[in-house]
Amino acid sequence: MNVEVDPVLCESHGQCEFAAPEVFSLDDEAVLHIDHGSVASLREAVHRAARACPTRAIRIAE
Amino acid sequence: MRIVVAGAGLAGWRAAEALRAEGFRGDLVVAGAEAHRPYDRPPLSKGLLTGATGESTLALSDSDTEVTWRLGNPVAALRGRTVVLEDGEELDFTGLVIATGATPVVPAGLNRPPGVHVLRTLDDARALRADLTGRVLVLGAGFIGCELASTCRDLGLGVAVADPLPHPLVRVLGEDVARRVERLHRERGVRWLLGTQVVRFLGTDRVTGAVLSDGRVVRADVVVIATGVRPATGWLAGSGIDVSGGVRCDEYLRVLDESGAVVPGVVAAGDVARWTHPLLGAPVRVEHWTTAALGAAAAARTLLHGPQTPFDAVPSFWSDQCGLRIQGVGLPGRGEHVELVHGDLAGDKFVARYSAGGRHVGSVAFGLPRQLALERRRLTSA
Repeated sequence: MNVEVDPVLCESHGQCEFAAPEVFSLDDEAVLHIDHGSVASLREAVHRAARACPTRAIRIAE
Repeated sequence: MRIVVAGAGLAGWRAAEALRAEGFRGDLVVAGAEAHRPYDRPPLSKGLLTGATGESTLALSDSDTEVTWRLGNPVAALRGRTVVLEDGEELDFTGLVIATGATPVVPAGLNRPPGVHVLRTLDDARALRADLTGRVLVLGAGFIGCELASTCRDLGLGVAVADPLPHPLVRVLGEDVARRVERLHRERGVRWLLGTQVVRFLGTDRVTGAVLSDGRVVRADVVVIATGVRPATGWLAGSGIDVSGGVRCDEYLRVLDESGAVVPGVVAAGDVARWTHPLLGAPVRVEHWTTAALGAAAAARTLLHGPQTPFDAVPSFWSDQCGLRIQGVGLPGRGEHVELVHGDLAGDKFVARYSAGGRHVGSVAFGLPRQLALERRRLTSA
């Protein structure tokens, strides 16, 4: 499972961080960071994050 | 095996997508009132009107998800295990997702000369975009009204906003933060007509203005009525489903009848659904984008797998106005006390925390998404 965020679409809403804080986090400049290492163990939370993204910026490849 | 999804907005589409993702291989019919395939509504009051967002980017659906469309053909009735469409087609179902959304409320008794618009659908937005010129009068200082005011200023148009309440968004944000929104817009040239409402529009061939309840006359070349929506439940009349204040659902989004019993094989999601929220302890109907997006997937899972996980998504909204992003979580409108936990109301970046009876009930952030994410976690762990 691979997760990518389109940096053009991402508007730093922070919905993904709420759905899967182990994977997605905004820094103080509201730039999004992804911990790819924890993606595989948190499939459902990552899918929830993708669904919650208002700009549909999160792409998941199984 | 057939599942009918009644409604082709965000909730309807996400339900269909989730049904396929969760393994449903039967006939899947999505019926929508509009002629368009599912699209995203938030840009309709903003980028779509300014031209910053193209229509092609609004599409939600993809061709990977196999769906039978019935578009421009709204659901007209529910009779037992059959959905009747407006053109008379009858669709028997084993499962039904009610996602018919909501429709604009227009104040009763108001005349409607040409140039008076509502804004809910893509067709509404196209009509408004083609008509936007000169001085704009917006009725209603909720999210849509405030976003429209901001958009009009972006376009260099004069804009006035009338609302019977004393401040914009005051029901959602409370007085202190609502005053901040009021100032934000005033500084960008929005004219507020607060504590008043329109009693009559002027003009016959074309709107020329409006008479307010305080006797003032406002000139306008275009009017947009943005005074809220009501759940689209008219088609469920006589079905036995409880439609008081929305389609009544239990905590799994299973639809309930008027006696409070679960209607087998029927779920609901999105603006139309009023469900027992496991954390908020009361039935709520939430008109936010994320509630529709997440609720639809939850409803689809309940339909296929039975009641397993209560739908407990905390309400969460955003609104882009005057170059600022306002985000909220929980039910700040229920707050009795507001505390600033970051920044201050004089600035453009702050977080307000709302409490009632000593409990944290919601938070609102201006321009601080990271801090709001932390507030959200605090709210759900409380």
